[in-house]
Amino acid sequence: MIEVTGLVKNYGTKRAVDGISFKVNRGEILGFLGPNGAGKSTTMKMLTGFIRADAGTASVGGIDVTVDPVAVKRQLGYLPESAPAYPEMTVEEFLSFIAEVRGFRTATAKRERVEHVLGLTHLNSVRSQSIETLSKGYKQRVGFAQALIHNPPALILDEPTDGLDPNQKNEVRALIKNMAAEKAVILSTHILEEVDAICTRVIIIARGRIVADETPAALRARQPGARLDEIFRTLTA
Amino acid sequence: MSQIRPLFKREFLGYFRSPVAYVFLISFLVISVSLAFSRYGNFFKNGTASLESYFIFFPWLFMFIVPAVGMRLWSEEKRAGTIELLFTLPITTLEAVLGKFLAGWAFLTLAILLSFPMALTVGFLGQPDWGVMAATYLGAILMAGAYLGICALTSALTKNQVISFVLSLAACAVFVFLGLSSFTTTLESILPVSVADMVSNFSFVTHFDAFTKGIIDPKDVIFFLSLMGFTLVLNVVALER
Repeated sequence: MIEVTGLVKNYGTKRAVDGISFKVNRGEILGFLGPNGAGKSTTMKMLTGFIRADAGTASVGGIDVTVDPVAVKRQLGYLPESAPAYPEMTVEEFLSFIAEVRGFRTATAKRERVEHVLGLTHLNSVRSQSIETLSKGYKQRVGFAQALIHNPPALILDEPTDGLDPNQKNEVRALIKNMAAEKAVILSTHILEEVDAICTRVIIIARGRIVADETPAALRARQPGARLDEIFRTLTA
Repeated sequence: MSQIRPLFKREFLGYFRSPVAYVFLISFLVISVSLAFSRYGNFFKNGTASLESYFIFFPWLFMFIVPAVGMRLWSEEKRAGTIELLFTLPITTLEAVLGKFLAGWAFLTLAILLSFPMALTVGFLGQPDWGVMAATYLGAILMAGAYLGICALTSALTKNQVISFVLSLAACAVFVFLGLSSFTTTLESILPVSVADMVSNFSFVTHFDAFTKGIIDPKDVIFFLSLMGFTLVLNVVALER
């Protein structure tokens, strides 16, 4: 579903992403791990077509993002880091706007999609509140709802549980897990327990390069008995 | 291009979701009407049934007021990070640029048309030439679009709204000052008259003047439209770079 080959991105003289390649199939949840500044978000931004890669290709559903970015964006649900949204809009207005841009033009189709994601992400109680008045957890859920509204075959989530309390984290994880059967999911995180909880595969990147690409079980087996964060530190040091 | 509609709608209604629209519309009308009634406008003293004393200040007024509308178009998206959301939706840069520009232009058009009580007043007090008035309104709307094109472009260059406002103001000022007689006289003393003429032809004032006299000259219409087109193309380039 998602295929990335040899992606490179330079910022000035600094190489942020240095030849990253991987594949994600439907039914997989790929955990994207790495220290801050390792190139996680940059890789995701190149994959979504928001920034252009200096080399390499990224494709979703067989469509190259540099050839037909709009077609790729149609297939993707993307939650950017810290879930930006238009603060002056209410949750409902915002989701309606996204639904409309996502191609649900009739009032009934739009309402049906908005109701569906409002229920899915438990946002019904704040539907008429403007987004600027929401707490961080709710904002994050609005971002999540926005990414799911068109039921995309591929989901890219940049730190989806960031800023949520433990209960909300659990809820979001359960949600991702439930949907994953028919979707290809990439989520970036620096919470190691999250990887254990929901990911079927882990990629660890450090200084723009992949240093591990395996199942969470295989990652644990690298240093039997060690905690995940110790393994993470050894790999990224 | 069907994606322009939802973007337009969001942007246009966005003005009214915050106090911005109301503050803007009220200040615009208060300032423009007071200028017409002031001793510089001489709306009553002129004794003519026309809105010339009202519209004569528009190139100057727009210099400040259009950047106030245009400065947020892209700067705000960049600052709030919503630009990342916007450009990962299935839209092209051109659609986004057009949707936003048209919304801002529609808002400015609304502000201009809300001066209709002035037109009614003139109609009540005398027998104005409605054709001239309609031409002036058309000219003002076209000129607002050209100003907005410049402001949208400068807004795409920075995420700081203050910088965006100052850049827009400076760029718009150039287009106003080019047409001032004192400026063109100075220019003619240094440059050949033909070159000075060409430079002053880029002024908003020169092109708007014809409309206020009731003349809809294709060259003025094309000037404003092509300036809009040019700035919008640059806007796309600035966002895609």
